Amino acid sequence: MLSRESSATLMSAVAAFIYKEARFQDEHQYEAWEALWTDDGVYWVPANGDDIDPEKQMSIIYDNRSRISLRIKQLLTGKRHTQTPQSRLRRVVSNIELMDEQPGGDISVASNCLVFESSLRDDTVWAARNEYRLRYVDGELRMAYKKVILVNNEKALFTLSFLI
Amino acid sequence: MNVVPRASQWGELIRPDRVHGSLYSDPAIFEAELQNIWYRTWVYVGHESEVPNANDYVVKSIGPQSVIMTRDEQGKVNLLLNRCSHRGNQVCSYDKGNARSFTCPFHSWTFANDGRLVGYAFPDGYEGQDKSKLALGRVTRVQSYRGFVFGSFAAEGPTLEEHLGGAAETIDRLVRFSPEGEVEVTAGFLKHRVKANWKFIIENECDGYHPAFVHSSIFGVADSAIGKLYGGASTAVTRDYGNGHTEIDLRPEFRKRDAPMSWFGTTEARLPDYTARMKAAYGDQTAREIMIDGSPHVMIFPNLFIAEIQMFVIQPLAVDDSVQHVTALQFKGAPDMNRRLRQQTMGSVGPAGLLLADDSEMYERCHRGVLARNPEWIFLGRGEKRERQDELGFKVGHVTDEIPSRGIWRHYRSLMETR
Ligand code: FES
Ligand SMILES: [Fe+2]
Repeated sequence: MLSRESSATLMSAVAAFIYKEARFQDEHQYEAWEALWTDDGVYWVPANGDDIDPEKQMSIIYDNRSRISLRIKQLLTGKRHTQTPQSRLRRVVSNIELMDEQPGGDISVASNCLVFESSLRDDTVWAARNEYRLRYVDGELRMAYKKVILVNNEKALFTLSFLI
Repeated sequence: MNVVPRASQWGELIRPDRVHGSLYSDPAIFEAELQNIWYRTWVYVGHESEVPNANDYVVKSIGPQSVIMTRDEQGKVNLLLNRCSHRGNQVCSYDKGNARSFTCPFHSWTFANDGRLVGYAFPDGYEGQDKSKLALGRVTRVQSYRGFVFGSFAAEGPTLEEHLGGAAETIDRLVRFSPEGEVEVTAGFLKHRVKANWKFIIENECDGYHPAFVHSSIFGVADSAIGKLYGGASTAVTRDYGNGHTEIDLRPEFRKRDAPMSWFGTTEARLPDYTARMKAAYGDQTAREIMIDGSPHVMIFPNLFIAEIQMFVIQPLAVDDSVQHVTALQFKGAPDMNRRLRQQTMGSVGPAGLLLADDSEMYERCHRGVLARNPEWIFLGRGEKRERQDELGFKVGHVTDEIPSRGIWRHYRSLMETR
């Protein structure tokens, strides 16, 4: 159990990390966002429920580190049509909470997130519960795991080609 | 326009090498399509493997209508309309499950999973009613082909085999990728919604002209040999099977490569179990041929698209609103192969797919484009002068030619002209 003081320090570091991640995503800073990942990172957006088995069931995104990298490379070509022009984005992150500690020492964090997307098609609002596992690597916080639980993941969704 | 053309007028909108933009954007034409296509011809609904056990059900659709696919106690597959025969309430509100009966939440009428009305609440007041006339609505004809279940609301008309015609052989080709000869649909569907007319989607499925451009962002960065299949020098062909069914036949290219599993971007050595099972099932020579040729790329009109490794079901909701339901194909008896099929499918399709998101962007932009009034036509003449016939008499052309679109529209016209 962390002391009150150290947990407040950790909380502010975690919140700063999550706000920074949100800004990189909103501003399409693809390389900076990719650099937030650890080498074993997993980026997961389930479909049809919150706790499906991604090894057996289809997910909207289930990227290991090399596919995260491929996704970023594709965006960086500037020819990912659904992001040319890029979606205009702003997200609000709140309800950041430190969750139970992970066995490997990773920091478990959860937050709520609301994203406003304006694209050629229309304006779309996305809402999600985000779960993270963060880890200190060389003194910096990094993401080892990010799970984005879209509130409407059971429904038919419009194209989601920005970084959610 | 907002007026449904009379039978004699469709020819003014649909010409051999071009079609009028209003066909994609006019709500009255969409309503006519529901009657003449979706509620009449054979439409793919679901796969038998989605309801493996007695009393299993899944909720599917035909156009905007909700359809419950059930397997009853006798093992028979039924397609029931999700609409209470009392006052229309939807009797089933879950996507899937196991139930002997459905009880309507409004006034508690209860229907067996074969559609029969088995009881109503407070039965006094219903003296003299004939329960058998108050069953759930059914899709009039239900037939399956190798596990793929199709429904037709028309009591009369071609049989499913007649409807599938030459395209049935592509399904035969597909199921051979299972060492047990069966496809399984078990991974759940991604549902990707687009603000576009459904015909943009089905035409795109066998449009070999676009991949080099729409998908250049991913072909450029992924170590993928797919791009070459759709280049100017490709020997792959497009085919029109009639009845609106179309194909991109990539076998000529894969046969040149002569390497088993190259169509899937892998090798036999990386799938040792699968390769061994295929050889045990079909013999070395045939297994090798199957694994060189690759799985088909075929669009079964109006809504089933088999894209080598995945299956799409296209659902129109409104003239400008469609859903692409997509899942990884799973081959019975092929766990190592199935894992790769899921991984690759998740990467390429669905709302965030590295491929499909860009296709979907094109449909939506096309849809907005056709609302413009001049020019009002969509030009589909590519390759018209170099069409030829294959050994079986089907029209074929270069992989980048618009034979599939012309085939779809020819069939469409025949359906719309017949009342
Ligand atoms: S509407 Fe179903 S019982 Fe009344
Ligand atoms: Fe495409």
